[in-house]
Amino acid sequence: MPTLTINGRSLSVDAANDTPLLWAIREQLQMTGTKFGCGAGLCGACTVHVNGEAVRSCQTMLSDVAGKKITTIEGLAPKGDHPLQKAWIAEQVPQCGYCQSGQIMQAASLLAKNPNPTKDEVVAHMDGNLCRCMTYSRIQKAIMRAATEMRTASASGNERSPT
Amino acid sequence: MNKHVNNITPETADLSRRSFLVGTAASGLVLGYAGVPGIGEALAAAPANFEPSVWYAISPDGLVTVTCGKADMGQHIASTMAQIVCEELGAKWSDMRVNLASNDPKFNDPVLGAQITGGSWSTMMNFDAMSRAGAAGRIALTEAAAAAMGLPPYFKDQLVVRDSMVTHPKSKKQMSFGDIVKSGKATKTFTPDELKAIKLKTPDQYTMIGVSVPQLDIPSKTNGTAKYGIDVMLPGMAYGAIVTPPVRFGATVKSVDDAEAKKVPGFIKAVILDDKTQTTSGWVVAVAGTYANARKAAQALKIAYDGGPNAKVSSQSLLDEAKRLQKLEDSGQFFVKDGDPSAAFGAAAKVVEAEYTTSINIHAPMEPMNATAEFKGDILHIYSGNQFATRSGAIAAGAAGIDPKFVVMHQLWLGGGFGRRLDADMMVPAVQAAKAVGKPVKVIYSRENDMTMDFSRPLTYQKVKAGVDGDGKLTALSHDVVSAWPTQRWGIPDFLTPSVDKKGPLDSFTVNGADFFYTVPNHHVRAIKNELAHNATPSGQLRSVAPGWTFWAIESMIDEIAVATGKDPAQFRIALLDGKGKNDGGAQRLRNTLLAAMGLSGYGTRQLPKGEGMGVACVSSQERATASWTACVAHVAVAPSGEVTVKKLTVATDVGTQVHPDNIRAQVEGAALWGLSLAMYEKATLKDGGIEQTNFDSYTPLRMSQMPEVAVAVIANGEKATGVGEPAVTVVAPAIGNAIFNASGARVRALPITAEAVKGAMKA
Repeated sequence: MPTLTINGRSLSVDAANDTPLLWAIREQLQMTGTKFGCGAGLCGACTVHVNGEAVRSCQTMLSDVAGKKITTIEGLAPKGDHPLQKAWIAEQVPQCGYCQSGQIMQAASLLAKNPNPTKDEVVAHMDGNLCRCMTYSRIQKAIMRAATEMRTASASGNERSPT
Repeated sequence: MNKHVNNITPETADLSRRSFLVGTAASGLVLGYAGVPGIGEALAAAPANFEPSVWYAISPDGLVTVTCGKADMGQHIASTMAQIVCEELGAKWSDMRVNLASNDPKFNDPVLGAQITGGSWSTMMNFDAMSRAGAAGRIALTEAAAAAMGLPPYFKDQLVVRDSMVTHPKSKKQMSFGDIVKSGKATKTFTPDELKAIKLKTPDQYTMIGVSVPQLDIPSKTNGTAKYGIDVMLPGMAYGAIVTPPVRFGATVKSVDDAEAKKVPGFIKAVILDDKTQTTSGWVVAVAGTYANARKAAQALKIAYDGGPNAKVSSQSLLDEAKRLQKLEDSGQFFVKDGDPSAAFGAAAKVVEAEYTTSINIHAPMEPMNATAEFKGDILHIYSGNQFATRSGAIAAGAAGIDPKFVVMHQLWLGGGFGRRLDADMMVPAVQAAKAVGKPVKVIYSRENDMTMDFSRPLTYQKVKAGVDGDGKLTALSHDVVSAWPTQRWGIPDFLTPSVDKKGPLDSFTVNGADFFYTVPNHHVRAIKNELAHNATPSGQLRSVAPGWTFWAIESMIDEIAVATGKDPAQFRIALLDGKGKNDGGAQRLRNTLLAAMGLSGYGTRQLPKGEGMGVACVSSQERATASWTACVAHVAVAPSGEVTVKKLTVATDVGTQVHPDNIRAQVEGAALWGLSLAMYEKATLKDGGIEQTNFDSYTPLRMSQMPEVAVAVIANGEKATGVGEPAVTVVAPAIGNAIFNASGARVRALPITAEAVKGAMKA
């Protein structure tokens, strides 16, 4: 029985090693925030983090994630208050909302590496995530807002540091 | 005019025959329209036995929960309904909650008499009813507060209701809604006449309508907690993956070999559907303990099909058939028959004729179709995000072989609708699999199932002929629309429209929009059913439905006529929108909207670089009776290769009254980008009876990198609230086509627009 390290917990799942991570997360662990969209890595609805990288969980088998750290939308921030989640609310991004877990996880992997992305960098990073409601402009705005908030927070954090 | 929108003024809806009840129940205060006439008396007689049509409830802790009978697919209609109630009730927005209704008829739309969500109808048809529901609640709470405060009833006019508090400023007494509920004194029945007599707020008194309050559903859509149909988990549930045939419709299963499937762990059974509702054909469900294994089992099934009568049909044969039908003098039925275009063409100084086509298009909401079915005693429970619970419940019942009254539809958030979830095909595999294995079953379509079995926007062919007199005035227009008939497929007579030539009902959801607000004295519109397309590609309602193709033809043709007579296309439209006769009111609003879009885009104010151009279009989607007013100026650049870059879309829309300005902007922008996606990026084709595109690699909706700048102007002029979810879809394609012509001289008449078509149409 494979064991997954997911959102800081170690959980064993009753599934074969060639099961897509997506279905183990949704069905065995009943974390349904990660969505099924295309089953082919074409839409991004199933995006989760594996060792901090955004991956398509429908294309990732359980055998691929042995011993790796998995983060889903449920584990992105303990209280659902990651700067991106707050920005998503502030910009009132979601319409149907179905793709948004994947959008947020995809965006989080960008801001973790690049705290000050240009619009072109945002577009390049997000272009694999489809939004059928076409909320793209608000997604962009929310990412920029979150980036600003994260930079401000880290800057003020530095000011307070004794060195 | 079809019956369902014939009487949309709230005064004439059957709501006017209903009492409104405020009563104390175990859970708190319940408020709603009585389910049947005379129920008010029943409440007075025996309150314990009475269950009102609960539209909202106030709990002892003061939370106000509005039950929304509309499907929420991202248009935030549940939140909007709560907002309209909240305005008149006087509640605090942070106290408002929403609940999604079951298919109990007591939650039916007060105007439509069914649970159906579409047509951008919800706000316009529910605004008055929800407002009165809120006001009745406020009155009942105020009277109860007066009693509890020991004030005589006539003091109630001195009470102020704000932020879920009832205050008596003179005596400085106040009570919260929660305390009033706890007092148990808030019980009141409004007769239909009393309800009608309630004086609603005037717009200058609004404190909630017109305010962009935080949408109630959004936080749950940022942290993974919003529950969609696909997220439903029932104890002991099995999973179904469907196998669909290579032919869209008409195939039958000859044999199923499950020898390999049996080797998949947890495989339970392969169920061949016996669909007497004729919603599906030739489908098999592989049922297993997990969805991953159900998919493996589905792939392992060896199924032999008889392809049926449509196995050789292609997009080309659908188009050929459409052209053949259009040429027949006696085909189709008339939707509009004003004057005598034939005679007018004979007298015309100039006649312009053109053919316009649109391809098959696929809804492809991000949440693939799914349904979970559970038989519990006599009751069949269905869990599925659905836009038409009334009909879907009936289809589920048909699939189960039971009476529809034994079906409970549980509504969830919809991971996109766009008209796709008006259909109920997903009920059939879930119900029959659950019945076959004796367990609850959740069926989830693969993306490939979802695309190839879509109830698609049909392939359409339109022929338009226009006549202009010596003064350049448009005197005659004949417009033939050939398509599959999506709404006739429902088999519900009320949704069809009598033809003006009395040749039987027609599907107005194939010609809406063609009855435009331009003044043209001789105007014929013929609706021609393409039976071959109807059978081979069962079609559905795709966001905006007919206006998505009728305005492509009309608004392109209007431009072609303007060019042929040497006029500015925008000015030519303004002259046609003279508001004469039946067009009075609507035409002027559309004209003003066009002027707003022109102003915002800078149309005609500057010379554009070579290879760039602006194009205009204006539309009155959806139906004449439920019209809203939308105009677009598209700014494009066309390369010598025919490659088109849409630089900017400027959309103006007259919505009458804004309930939620920010949501209107979000909807209009989304709709405009849908219009762009359909105009440039989305195309499905039929070959050997099957849809060729199977996933997002071959069917390619707009992505972030393809998004142009979009500017939206909202006109709120105090008229009644109109719908906003759809109209902007329809205006974009013709605006782009007209802009391409202005940029390059290339006239394109087929959607989607391709670089090859543009290059081919450029003058050498």
